[in-house]
Amino acid sequence: MTALKLANVNKSFGDVHVLKDISLEVEEGEFVVFVGPSGCGKSTLLRVIAGLEDASSGEIHIAGDMVNLTPPSKRGIAMVFQSYALYPHLNVRGNMTLALKQERQPKSVIEDRVRKASDMLDLAPYLDRFPSELSGGQRQRVAIGRAIVREPKLFLFDEPLSNLDAALRMNTRIEIANLHRQLGASMIYVTHDQTEAMTLADKIVVLRDGQVEQIGSPMELYNNPINQFVAGFLGSPSMNFFPAGLINAGDHHIMGVRPEDLFIDANGKLETTVSHVEHLGGDTNVIAQFGEHQIAARLFGQHAVAEGETIRLSFNPESAYSFDDNGIRVN
Amino acid sequence: MNQARTNPLNTTLMHGALILYTLIALFPVFIILINSFKERRAIFRDPLGLPDAESFSTIGYETVMKQGDFFLYFQNSMIVTVVSLFFILLFGAMAAYALSEYRFRGNMLMGLYLALGIMIPIRIGTVAILELMVATGLVNTLWALILVYTAQGLPLAVFILSEFMRQVSDDLKNAGRIDGLSEYTIFFRLVLPLVRPAMATVAVFNMIPIWNDLWFPLILAPSEETKTLTLGSQVFIGQFVTDWNAVLSALSMAILPVLVLYVIFSRQLIRGLTSGAVK
Repeated sequence: MTALKLANVNKSFGDVHVLKDISLEVEEGEFVVFVGPSGCGKSTLLRVIAGLEDASSGEIHIAGDMVNLTPPSKRGIAMVFQSYALYPHLNVRGNMTLALKQERQPKSVIEDRVRKASDMLDLAPYLDRFPSELSGGQRQRVAIGRAIVREPKLFLFDEPLSNLDAALRMNTRIEIANLHRQLGASMIYVTHDQTEAMTLADKIVVLRDGQVEQIGSPMELYNNPINQFVAGFLGSPSMNFFPAGLINAGDHHIMGVRPEDLFIDANGKLETTVSHVEHLGGDTNVIAQFGEHQIAARLFGQHAVAEGETIRLSFNPESAYSFDDNGIRVN
Repeated sequence: MNQARTNPLNTTLMHGALILYTLIALFPVFIILINSFKERRAIFRDPLGLPDAESFSTIGYETVMKQGDFFLYFQNSMIVTVVSLFFILLFGAMAAYALSEYRFRGNMLMGLYLALGIMIPIRIGTVAILELMVATGLVNTLWALILVYTAQGLPLAVFILSEFMRQVSDDLKNAGRIDGLSEYTIFFRLVLPLVRPAMATVAVFNMIPIWNDLWFPLILAPSEETKTLTLGSQVFIGQFVTDWNAVLSALSMAILPVLVLYVIFSRQLIRGLTSGAVK
């Protein structure tokens, strides 16, 4: 069964067309990540699914039911917000139970679910504390707990990690992945961070300017991007682009090479001037100038490359991508 | 910045200026208070002197207690002020929430229209208001005053509160919607507590003018049963003879309730005034 189905969803704010004809499906138990640069409409799309915004046209089906006219609380969803959005006047237990009390669930059910959720998230010691007495990471766990106790058909995450610091972000990311494994629930996760998208998703939806660019598993998108935008968006450092004419490899095409596919080669076709070097220990990132194009190369291991030096880079022709003038993939 | 703040000279100057200002502001109140405890001749002989054994007298207070229904006036003032404040805060907050939260046609115009009231003094419409009150039979009732004061206070209340309501996180309201709270519950349980400082600010701004107003009580509700304290105190001021003891005593007592209300609101008020600047 499909957990979520969108059919030709459009959304406009006045004259601004934010979502353009979006159609996609989320399977039961799938972890889907909406990713795209800021302003691409991914959060708006999530809000439309949640029912916080009305779609201007198109149909939204959750677990088989059309929910266009259903209020958010009756859609069988739960949402985790970027700013946590905990109720400041309620303690952790109160925050987690409010929705269940609204649904008039029996006390025993509420108790049971709160206990389960707080065990899962190690929140048991904090149940009687207020949000203002918790750290950022704890608050985020409470927000997730508040979603879990509702046992929704669909979880919605709106950039839940962007307010956390780097170390905590990684831990919470793993925690969310574990949670998905334990609960087996369908989840939709919005982020602008491609690392989160790659590591968490079963399926990634890449959005740009309110349109779906490509849908697929992380590796599908990485290995087989449909256009220059998707190719450049996924992967870090992002893919290098330069006109194929510069290395006499065809006519008007644009060539794309991933930084990790480049290596130093005395006979390399790319003669570049090194402008910056990042020594990461395991890897060395070399940023170099190839004519007027900036090239990033990710070299495995440690390399003694100095700034200002001229190096020649090479790549395996099979690892290169070609795009036409409109950015559409051609090979 | 830190250094300037801890500089002893600056601190002294700053405190000196503030203390000076406080003294100037409190001086008239102090004069009223000491003179209310003096007998009539002493007030004129030595207006600045403290009451001593010879000049001490509570004649003013006795007159006030005996003459006129001072407690009734007091009660009227209290009812008018508190009920008006309640309506200003309730309707002001609701209107502000609607304006800041919902997108609807004419939202902007409605906001401007409501803000217009800040610029046009309500007293210009006194004649029309009086005619209206006569027509509806509300003259000489406290409702006449409450309605007028509510109308007078709403524009500023809507203006200030809608600014604060915009700062309340959208995520919080949306979380409430997803959890199945009604719009009213979201408003009363989530939003109102967060704008409490702003509400206190609005309350204080409105409370003092209402309590002190002489104009509308004189025109709309001058009957004996509906006189407010300010109007009631006027009986002691005659065209030829003024009972200064009574006037001063009445004024001294009129200060008290405002003082109490102010103390209640002031803790919130301080947070309200600074909350915009310091998060």
